[in-house]
Amino acid sequence: MRDVLYLAWRYLAHHRIKTAILVTSIALIVYLPIGLNVLIGKSADELTARAVSTPVLVGAKGSPLELVLNSLYFESATPALTRHAEVDRIAETDLALPIPLYVRFKSRGHPIVGTTLDYLDFRGLEIAAGRRPAVLGECVLGSRVAESLGVGPGGSVISSPESVFDIAGTYPLKMKVVGVLAPSYSQDDLAIFVDLKTAWVIEGVIHGHQDLAAPEAASQVLDRDGDTITANASVVQYNEITPENIDSFHLHGDFSDYPISAVIAVPGDQKSGVILMGRYEGDDATAQIVKPKKTIDELLDTVVTVQGFVVAALGLVALATVATAFLVFMLSLRLRRREIDTMTKIGGSRARVAAVLCSEIVAVLLAGGLLALGLTLATGRFGEAAIRAFLVG
Amino acid sequence: MIEISDLLFRYPEGTFSLRVPAFSVAEGERIAVIGPSGSGKTTLLNLIAGIATPLEGRVTTDGEELTALGEADRRDFRVQRIGLVFQEFELLEYLGVMDNMLLPYRVNDVLRLDGEARERARRVAERVGLADKLDRNVDKLSQGERQRVALCRALCTEPAVVLADEPTGNLDPANKGIVLELLLESVAATGSTLVAVTHDHDLLPSFDRVVDFKQFYEPETA
Repeated sequence: MRDVLYLAWRYLAHHRIKTAILVTSIALIVYLPIGLNVLIGKSADELTARAVSTPVLVGAKGSPLELVLNSLYFESATPALTRHAEVDRIAETDLALPIPLYVRFKSRGHPIVGTTLDYLDFRGLEIAAGRRPAVLGECVLGSRVAESLGVGPGGSVISSPESVFDIAGTYPLKMKVVGVLAPSYSQDDLAIFVDLKTAWVIEGVIHGHQDLAAPEAASQVLDRDGDTITANASVVQYNEITPENIDSFHLHGDFSDYPISAVIAVPGDQKSGVILMGRYEGDDATAQIVKPKKTIDELLDTVVTVQGFVVAALGLVALATVATAFLVFMLSLRLRRREIDTMTKIGGSRARVAAVLCSEIVAVLLAGGLLALGLTLATGRFGEAAIRAFLVG
Repeated sequence: MIEISDLLFRYPEGTFSLRVPAFSVAEGERIAVIGPSGSGKTTLLNLIAGIATPLEGRVTTDGEELTALGEADRRDFRVQRIGLVFQEFELLEYLGVMDNMLLPYRVNDVLRLDGEARERARRVAERVGLADKLDRNVDKLSQGERQRVALCRALCTEPAVVLADEPTGNLDPANKGIVLELLLESVAATGSTLVAVTHDHDLLPSFDRVVDFKQFYEPETA
């Protein structure tokens, strides 16, 4: 047996490129459906975990998936906006704790999440360095944002304009970094958290500018009508909130009309959650209430259906690969006819010659299987981190 | 040593018949077999080695009546007592010199690959000037060197009979002489009987006897 294995090994080692191609083909065809299954399973776990931990979401009527992806993963386009009045509406029911979210702006590609301190508590986010935001214009960074931007407490980040061509749009706001969150290995690691009012400052609905009542602003005033002052465009708008100018920041209009993207409702108990769902699931013309888990499950159902097609396609590819491998083997046998004849002529037994050839096939299949197993184990071991990086990054 | 009597051989395709009423080679004799292409010289070697079996008659090699043995027994006999040298060397490209020489030991269990066998192979390689190339892959060798490896493979089991089919047919004139000389010397050293098929009439004087095979050849007329 040792001689058989030796001859088989020498043949495979001599034709190492052909062997490597065969082993890789077999490994991939075995690994792809299994690895895909493992990877999708891990993705599903990863997506579901965050959805499960978020009981109920309230937002404007529209795509529930967009609302969930934006609110939970800070991905996807900004959903249809709702009003801050929804927060008050939920609060007034006493059925759930409302946590507003305004996920619309970004800073160097990282989402800026306007919310309240309740969000940090709800997600169990700990401060690793510095402190929580306390004043308008302050922010805390997710761990990976701090790492990628190289910014910590005492530094600053600037919001990005929504469109460089929109001169009437939002102006960049320089925000002071007061803290960095400990890693949570979730989407929160890649977000910048500000107070909801700071998000509105970025939008411009809360703003600060030079005092128009001061004598030195007289040249910029176009009209005075009681408390209403109309000024020209040369009025200085503040794009950084400092102790000196913070008092000049003010809002116009009704606070409850201000925009938010969603409200996370955290019911006190299951019954409260059911009642809250009932109140929204009536004939509400403007708002929708969704259970993120249900939405994500629907998404995963679609993914699983697609996976089925992919696996079926891979099955066909596998058949083609097996057929090709068989053809390669048969052609190889033909090419090795003289070699086989030589072994037989010098006295090699048929069984021994067949054993050498079979050993080569078994070795290739075994190596392919082991490689596939290794890849599958690696997917199991590192797949979660890769998915997390994919989802977070 | 080799006795053939009343032999009739015909290929299944029926293109020709080989009739050998009587043919013998004495122990230690070195004979050359000549004859036109297709006259059955290679077939004769195959019959003596037990690779082919006749329709009629008897073939006895080294005291063993091959026509009475089954296929497996003939293979066992062949690997132990026959050394084969082919015109196109028939070396395994993926093996080194030493591994090619030891191939008979690896393809049949009746031979035992031990230290003694390796030492014997080393001595044979030394005799033909391949001692410093034992680990080299055969695809890195010249034609002359490759035929010497084939020669070593045939000799390292110390066979009673060496059958060489055009052993110098693929070699240049310089290598022809060297390889033939090595072949004759080696069989003399081991006391083996040699039957060599050749077309090269310049080499014939080196043999003890020459047999012209056209006398046995019968074109199929049916």
